[in-house]
Parts: sequence; structure tokens; C-alpha cells
Amino acid sequence: MTPEHRETLEQTALEVRKDVVRMIGVARSGRLDSALSLVDLLTYLYWEVLRVDPDRPRDPGRDRFLLSKGRGCPALYAVLSRRGFFPREELWSFRRLGALLQGYPEVGRVPGVEAPGGSMGMGLGLAVGLSLALRLDGFPSRVFCLLGDGELQEGAVWEAALSASVRRLGHLVALVEANEHHEEGPWKAVKGIEPIRRKLEAFGWEVLDAEGHDMEKLEEAFCGLREDREAPMAILLRTQTGKGVSFAEEGRGGDRGLSREDVDRALSELEVRGGGTGDA
Amino acid sequence: MRSEPGGSTTWEAYCQGLEEMGPLCPNLVVVDASRSSVPDRGFVALCPDRFFPAGVSEQDLVLTAAGLALGGKTVFASSCAPFLVGRAYDQIRSAVAIPDLPVCLVTTRGGVTAGQDGADHQMVEDLAVMRVLPHMSVLVPADGTSTRGLVRRLSRMEGPAYLRLGLCPLPSLYGPQDGEFHPGGARLLTQGDGVTLCACGIMVHEALKAARILQRQGIEAEVIDCYSVKPLPEQTILASVRRTGCCVVAEEHSRIGGLGSAVAECLGREYPVPLRFVAVEDRFGQSGMPEELQEYYGLTFRQIVGGAVQVWAMRRR
Repeated sequence: MTPEHRETLEQTALEVRKDVVRMIGVARSGRLDSALSLVDLLTYLYWEVLRVDPDRPRDPGRDRFLLSKGRGCPALYAVLSRRGFFPREELWSFRRLGALLQGYPEVGRVPGVEAPGGSMGMGLGLAVGLSLALRLDGFPSRVFCLLGDGELQEGAVWEAALSASVRRLGHLVALVEANEHHEEGPWKAVKGIEPIRRKLEAFGWEVLDAEGHDMEKLEEAFCGLREDREAPMAILLRTQTGKGVSFAEEGRGGDRGLSREDVDRALSELEVRGGGTGDA
Repeated sequence: MRSEPGGSTTWEAYCQGLEEMGPLCPNLVVVDASRSSVPDRGFVALCPDRFFPAGVSEQDLVLTAAGLALGGKTVFASSCAPFLVGRAYDQIRSAVAIPDLPVCLVTTRGGVTAGQDGADHQMVEDLAVMRVLPHMSVLVPADGTSTRGLVRRLSRMEGPAYLRLGLCPLPSLYGPQDGEFHPGGARLLTQGDGVTLCACGIMVHEALKAARILQRQGIEAEVIDCYSVKPLPEQTILASVRRTGCCVVAEEHSRIGGLGSAVAECLGREYPVPLRFVAVEDRFGQSGMPEELQEYYGLTFRQIVGGAVQVWAMRRR
């Protein structure tokens, strides 16, 4: 990856972050912290990895991305619009009555959204079924499914993890956020899920680690995906909740939406810090 | 209309329907959590690539089915009612019903006649739980021909459906010439102006027995096979009730939320008449032989005759 290329991707991610802040601000609702942690990964995926075409969003041979962690959907919406799947104006009616963009991803409604994501822990099972359908039809498509690590407490995730390896779904890739905030927060105290790697390996998965906010590290990880695998692959992504906006990183930016001051502060901070890669 | 003894079970008819439709519909796939019940011959032998045994994991069964549907497949997903409907309700709701995917959930062990396993394995509330889901069709056929007809139609479905089948052999009601069966459909099995008897599943056969007894008492009963509990065949029911002025609903289900509730909602809104329910009172099942349980829970022609005489005496004129 050339420095210029990297800078372009980082600039895109910064613009996506700003859109995420704005749409949550306008909606007065939505999770800033859960969305911001995904922005760098989704930017990398949609510009560098996924074989998708916004002009043919239903092309049967496309790669699929499923957002199991539905709370992060503002990031997905902002990425999809910037990638050309629908007009950017739609972002400003997020979560409003009659809006294209529902509070959680709704499949069939939004171009580019591949799966429902309203209930936690369902994406991987859906990805298994979708992978089977693609294999039946002989498409070379790959299926990527992003899970938050909180979701790993759901039993259905592990049923699906078992199915994926038993059915030898080598074209299925689970992207698992290993989220520092959560690991140190109350979530871990309630029911810690580590060691995720050893659990997935015991279920028959191949597991990689990657830094979730660094474009070059992401490129290294995704280059490590061989196409001739039989075992499903998981990439454990070290991410930072609320990445790029200090109050979101500190655990605010939760469910109560953002005040006008929060939006201003977040946007100016993103301008100064640049959002994603490179800083802490 | 015929009523021949010694028919097949609706589950067997379903497997025959899959065998028929599998080769005709390349997009049809089957996900099954009751492998022992789907015979290795038939669909599994004809279309081995499109049969996915799901093991003991109902949540995964439903999600896999939904994922296959997202990939363009028409999916039949089968298991026992208590575990498919009960355990995987969230998956059915969020991953099948809300996205309106072509997944047909096929169950046995709805009602009490599944028999000796007892309450955990007899789901008397499955129709209620499925009926309240928007987009979901709810189907309870009463014989092999109508079951195969529904499988034929559902092989080209566009949205979700719930198909409740049984493991008790049932007499045939219909022949191959009897046309199509589809969500929203119903069949008038006998005609009369005395009382309307709406029934689904095994209770259709009890309603026919009841009609013969009522006829001897001078009450001509109109028996409707309401195999589509949702969409309810409202026009058929209303047309009949406008002639008879009274109605009895019989179902192997809790009297809360099933066919009886659906008919009551319709008649209450459009044409209120005296109404009785022959159904499981508000309680769970228990172990026993199927016919014993039918007697114990009051799911026989006798209760239908009793209800019919009561509403007939009060009928709307």
C-alpha cells in the first residue's frame, strides 16, 4: 500500500466518521461509540476487499457483507452511501418515520444491506445459510460477517460457528471485534468471553489477529486470506470503541443521542485528530 | 368430497410433496432437524445437495434457512413445534418474518396427539404464536392431498409460512382432481343451512363425524376445512355463517389465539353470531395415547355436536 493510497483511505474514513456523527446528531438517537469503532474496517472492506458494484447491488455473484452487530449500522449506512449505493441525503433521515435507513439494518429496504441485523447474535447463522446458497449456485462469492464481541455471549453464534466448520465453509470470514472498551468494562465482569481465539480454534476455525484501525495492518490480514481454504476464517480485530471522538472513546456517546454541543465538539475533534489511523 | 380410511400422515404427504417438487424447483432446499423423519429415499436421494440436516440446534436451523433464502433459495425448514417455534422464536421473527423471506417452517408435534412424550413435546399454542407474526401464513392441512397441494404452492412462495403437520394417519378428504390449495384457501366439505363447523387438521375429520350425527337430528351442518388459519378464508366463512346464523370452531390447539380466535375476530367484526369453541382449554398437554388425549382434552365429534346444538338453539335469524 502506497502512502498516497493509505492517505486516501484514511481521508475517506474521516469523512465517514463525520457523517456518522452528523446522522446520529440529526436523529438525536443511535450509538456513536458502536459505530465509530467499525469505520476504518468498513472503509477498508468496501474500497479494498469486497467485490460489489453499487450500480448492480443485486448482482448474484457479488461478495456479501453481513453486519451482525446491528448497533454499528450508522457506520455501514455512511459507508454504503459514500460508496454510491444510495444518495447521501438519506443519512439525514436516519431513524425517522418512513426513512430508508431504519434504526437497525433492514434487508430488502436498503440497497447494499445484505441481512437483517436487529437482534444480536444472528449474523453468523445467516452467513452460514447464505454461504451454503452461494456454494450451491457455484458462485465464487465470499461472505464476510462482522460480530461485536458482546454478541459472542449469544448461544446461536456458537451453533453457527460449529455449522460453519462442519460444513467446511472456507469462503466464510467472521470479523470479530475484540473491543478494548468492552473488555475492561462491566461487560467483561458479567461474562467474559476470552480466550476467543482458542474457542474458535476448538470449533474448527482458522484465526488471525489484526489491528482494526490501521489500513496497512488490515491489508496484511486480508492478504492472508487464501481462497482455497476449507475451514472458515475468523479475523480478531483489535478496535477501540468510539474511535476518533474522545468522549465516545471514554464511554459516552451511548444510547441517548448527541446534543448540538456534542456534535460540534466531535466534528472539530475529528478535524484536528484525523479520526482513525495513526493516533491513540 | 370423500372420506377414506387408512390414509397417510400429513408428514408423510409433506415428504412426498418434497419428492415431487424437488426435481421441478431447482431453488428448493430443505433444512431438517429431524433427520430420522425425512426418509433417505425421496427428496434426499433425488436432491442430496439441497438437503441439509441441521442437528440439534433450532436457532441455527432457522438462521441457516433464512441465510439460504437471502441467497435466493426457497426453503423448507422442519423440526418439532415446541423447539422450532418455542426456542427459535426470535430468529423466526427477526430473520424470517420481518425480512419477509420465503422460508416455510414445517413442524410436527403441534397439538396434543403427538402423544406419550407429554407437555414439553406437545405445543398447544404454536398457531397463536405464529399467527401474530406479520407476513406469516399459518397452514394446518387435514389430509395428504391438501398437504401435497400446499407443498406445491409453497415451493413457489414469496414470503414466510408455518405448516403444522401430524404423525397420525388420517383418512383422505380430497382426490387429485380437487384443485389447488393455497394460503387463504378453504374447502366446503358439506353443505347445509343449520350450523357452520369450521375446523383444521385432525378436527376436520371430527367435524365430518359430527355433521353426520347432526344430520340425523335434523341439523344440516356446513363443514369448512379451514386449512389456512392465516390468511383466514373470511369470505367462505362469512358466506356460510350468513346462511346458518351460528358457528362452531374446532381445532387441536389452545382455545386462545388459534383458529377459534381468528374466526371470532372475523365474525365479531363482520357478522356476530352465537359461537362455540372445541379446543384445548387453557392448559398444557400430558403423556398418553393420541386417542386418549383427544378424549381427555375434549377434541372429538361429541364436543362439536354439543356445541352445535347449543349455538343452533341460539342462532341468528
